[in-house]
Amino acid sequence: MDIFYDFGRYGRLLYQAIRSSTEVKSYYRNFVSEMIKTGYESLPIVMLAGLFTGAVLTIQTSYQLISALIPKSTIGAIVSQSIIIELAAVISGLILAGRVGARIATELGTMRVSEQIDALESMGFNSVSFLVVPRVLAGFVMFPVLWVAAATCGIGGGILAGWVTGSVPAADFMQGAREFFFAWDIIFGLTKAVVFGFIITSISCFKGYYATGGAEGVGNATTNAAVLSCIYILLADLVLAAVLL
Amino acid sequence: MIEIKNLTKSFGDNLVWKDVSLQIEEGRTLAIIGKSGCGKSVLVKHINALMTPDEGEVIVDGRNIFKLNYVELRLVRQQFGFLFQGAALFDSISAYENVAFPLRYFTNKTEKEIHKRVTDCLEMVNLGNIGNKGTSELSGGMRKRVGLARAIVLQPQYIMYDEPTSGLDPETSEEINELIVRLSENLNITSIVVTHDMHSVLDIADSAAFLDEQKLSWYGTIDELRESNHERLMSFVKASEYQI
Repeated sequence: MDIFYDFGRYGRLLYQAIRSSTEVKSYYRNFVSEMIKTGYESLPIVMLAGLFTGAVLTIQTSYQLISALIPKSTIGAIVSQSIIIELAAVISGLILAGRVGARIATELGTMRVSEQIDALESMGFNSVSFLVVPRVLAGFVMFPVLWVAAATCGIGGGILAGWVTGSVPAADFMQGAREFFFAWDIIFGLTKAVVFGFIITSISCFKGYYATGGAEGVGNATTNAAVLSCIYILLADLVLAAVLL
Repeated sequence: MIEIKNLTKSFGDNLVWKDVSLQIEEGRTLAIIGKSGCGKSVLVKHINALMTPDEGEVIVDGRNIFKLNYVELRLVRQQFGFLFQGAALFDSISAYENVAFPLRYFTNKTEKEIHKRVTDCLEMVNLGNIGNKGTSELSGGMRKRVGLARAIVLQPQYIMYDEPTSGLDPETSEEINELIVRLSENLNITSIVVTHDMHSVLDIADSAAFLDEQKLSWYGTIDELRESNHERLMSFVKASEYQI
């Protein structure tokens, strides 16, 4: 029964967020600072993850495809497509579930247990539009940006690893990447980024906003936010692949 | 005027209190007293609809606040100042910004006007020189006073104080009590004070409501309280005096 109760409350919070999204005055300042925290400050870790993922994938793919019959450019095609349609979104999503999701749940959870959310409400603020809307909107806007950074670094990392190890020359890598490039893949990757951004920010807001029970409650909210975000990212990844590809 | 009519609240199977009815007259101070865990803070959070009851009404200036839509409710809430138990200061901004916060969102004041109003409020609570200190640099008493300055900055009609002197030394408690009396007298604010500190009650309140045994056990003026022979109330009062 708890799961239905939670779904109900989650749905109600989203409904309140949608209804209060017109109150731009109450959240535009927070929206800008949330874009910086969610997007700009997450860039280094996302770029690093992308770079290493691309590099490792290139090395492993070239190890698996040792054959004179398979052109080297195939490695570029496999790596770049894997990064664009799957890894850039999923790897950065899982990392951001920890980095962004945990931060949001902790912030809101602490505000809840220290009565700061009650204080906002008692002053006449709409706490959902003030706290939840800017965070979810920032996720919508910044996750695609982070996806672009992760994908670019991933392909860059692949080229670099191929060149350093000598497994695939940069020109061959790029040729393969270009030959198997489809515009739809970009749309698919960006769609994933938007969906994952929404999952992470909305679940984390939900867990933090309804946190109870002091420090332990905030800890639980943070853990649940990160774990649930990861699970729903993997679930959404499967659904999107089945529906859109 | 605030009227509480037949309010009942429970959390799951746990009844907090039932059938609580009382009135708070304009410009007067009501103290809600009772043992820890008897539901004093829960009751006060119903007065501006931070919580909703199982049954009953809270009438503020003739309107049942539980029947208002959210926009109307927010306007009613702006008539209330609320000093929370832990002050509930926003820890991401400075003490000054905490006080300026409602002004920035709910008024069209210029920066100069905001500065003047914030400075006035901070001076009212004897914190005129607080500057741009972060909330983590403040002592317990200072936090309560900043919370109080924030509560009065929009010139509310009503102020609710949730345990304003808890965790403070006797001297700081006395200062806070004096502040409450001064604000009530100078600004003609209707006040509701949740406390279990009988010295505060006798210093600042005009009337008192005693929550006990999951109901409003006793309700009357401070003069009536002094004369009362209500056994459990007297036991509570004596225990409180004994501690001090």
